[in-house]
Amino acid sequence: MLEKALSGSKRYWIWVTLLLAIIAVGFVAYMNQFNNGLGVTGMSRDVSWGLYIAQFTFLVGVAASAVMLVLPYYLHDFKKFGKMVILGEFLAIPAVIMCMLFIVVDLGQPMRIMNVILHPSPHSVMFYDMIVLCGYLLINLVVGWTTLGAERKGAPSPKWVKPIIYLSIPWAVSIHTVTAFLYAGLPGRHLWLSAIMAARFLASAFAAGPAILILLCFIVKKVSKFDPDPGVGAIQSLVKIVRYAMIANVFFYILELFTAFYSNIPEYSAPLRYIFFGMDGHYSLVPIMWTAVVLAFLGIAMLVFPSTRMNKATLIIGLLSIIIANWIDKGMILIVAGFVPNSFERVIEYAPTLNEILVTLAVYSIGMLLVTILYKVAISVREEKAN
Amino acid sequence: MSINRRQFLRRAGMVTALGIGSSFVITGFRKKDAAASGYTKAAKDMPAKRWAMVVDMSKFKSEADMEKVIEACHKLHNVPKFPNTKDEIKWIWKDDYHHTFAGGHNEYLDEHVMHSPFMVTCNHCENPPCVRACPTEATFQRPDGIVAMDFHRCIGCRFCMAACPFGARSFNFKDPRPFIEEVSTEYPTRTPGVVEKCNFCYERLADGLMPACVEKSNGGLIFGDLDDPNSEVRKIVSTKLTIRRKPELGTQPSVYYLVGGGEHA
Repeated sequence: MLEKALSGSKRYWIWVTLLLAIIAVGFVAYMNQFNNGLGVTGMSRDVSWGLYIAQFTFLVGVAASAVMLVLPYYLHDFKKFGKMVILGEFLAIPAVIMCMLFIVVDLGQPMRIMNVILHPSPHSVMFYDMIVLCGYLLINLVVGWTTLGAERKGAPSPKWVKPIIYLSIPWAVSIHTVTAFLYAGLPGRHLWLSAIMAARFLASAFAAGPAILILLCFIVKKVSKFDPDPGVGAIQSLVKIVRYAMIANVFFYILELFTAFYSNIPEYSAPLRYIFFGMDGHYSLVPIMWTAVVLAFLGIAMLVFPSTRMNKATLIIGLLSIIIANWIDKGMILIVAGFVPNSFERVIEYAPTLNEILVTLAVYSIGMLLVTILYKVAISVREEKAN
Repeated sequence: MSINRRQFLRRAGMVTALGIGSSFVITGFRKKDAAASGYTKAAKDMPAKRWAMVVDMSKFKSEADMEKVIEACHKLHNVPKFPNTKDEIKWIWKDDYHHTFAGGHNEYLDEHVMHSPFMVTCNHCENPPCVRACPTEATFQRPDGIVAMDFHRCIGCRFCMAACPFGARSFNFKDPRPFIEEVSTEYPTRTPGVVEKCNFCYERLADGLMPACVEKSNGGLIFGDLDDPNSEVRKIVSTKLTIRRKPELGTQPSVYYLVGGGEHA
């Protein structure tokens, strides 16, 4: 089926070339990092994880969000999602691959990555994260490819794939839970040391992931003859999922704020005070965080009122608001502020370097290229069937 | 002879299974006995159940006394001197009371005490969160309690740095070798991209010597086996008032700070 990605319109090839160009630039930037060490990034002894690990965290959520289509469709026989499920699975695959790439580019000794398998350490959460991420990639590849292949032949999906589909549901939850455990089990990092971390991760994932998927559906509808939501209201159903997930996410965040500030234990509220109000003359995250707060509430409002939710223009603004708010929260601040203030209660700030940003953009471009290829295949199969 | 795809896959599968299976068989029969393999215990090795350090700041009379200790360690272990703090590597360093014992801020504490310096290093915790976090066993706990590093196994994921509540770990963000003033032959230099920290001088303990910092501390750093009731560290810890950094986290640090100073033991 992959051959379908090799023919396309002029617009398709311009888009692919653009992505390849960004990847090439990022590759050069990565070579610079590979040869000169992680010193070319903004990370330091005090803030030892930055943009890369934050993107990893955000994208695990995007990958897990495919379950928001798979679960209603396969467990509740929610037929509306019939045409969209494959797009969810084909978004999960590039998202997991991007997660893995962000881990690799973050390593100081990437050539030794196999040590994780050669010297398996079941006491390390990273060991389990490796297992669940690899497993999730495999599951989605098998399920996505098999169901689409069967559809192409006009046959029902083979029976053996059903149990794998059911397995993908708890597995999706597991990838984000284990990712939260990477952080939530560390003593001395008060922003992360929270029982609600995994729940909040899932809530924010189920808001941002489907929101991205809806925007992708709009693009698919625009650039192809395939309509993922041919007047059945699939998108509006997904919008409701995004809305409630985002409300849950904001609610969980407020729970964190209450515990930290009402208990009045200085260590617990310190990172939050740094994020929202700045500390010791350092304010770099403050305007960014308040932007996220405004966008989160704006996004929820846009998705709550029927008039703005039904209108495509305002719906897109709402979805973008939610995606950006979640990205700021998880794809930037949560990881960085976990290290601020440091173990000596000193504020040492972090800002990514250009080299780091170029590598990050390249990994995203690889992801977008994979989305493009997989979606092209899926759309071509569907267009073929329609004719 | 031609074979079809099915036959090829079956045979390839059989060969793979045979290969993996036989590798298990070979490793299973490998001799476990260290002595039989030619490795023996160092002759002068000082055995201990739990190495620990007591810091008596009253013995440090000036900044120079502290610098001497830091210098001895960093020189011996080829710790580079980077011009900017972002890439900084440190095994033992000093910080003021207020920041070393962060958390219990007492606003009425005398300014002098608040800013008086303390030696800080890896705590070689009994329950080390860094060891728990490491996905490759590159950082591990020795039977004598020392939390050690294998620089050749470390993949540089820095999970241990996130896990350490004491900021004891440094990462080689850049190639450290050009920044070593005088290369010591007593200890290996490091490659970029690996984590490092204090190792309680296990290489010196194996030769029957005290850690380099202890040797240069004029009695300000007392080192010994906490498990031995007759050791000096044990006597101090059991009879004097000592404090540890962040004891509430349950990591059980092995570095104790003697409060009030004076004659110990």
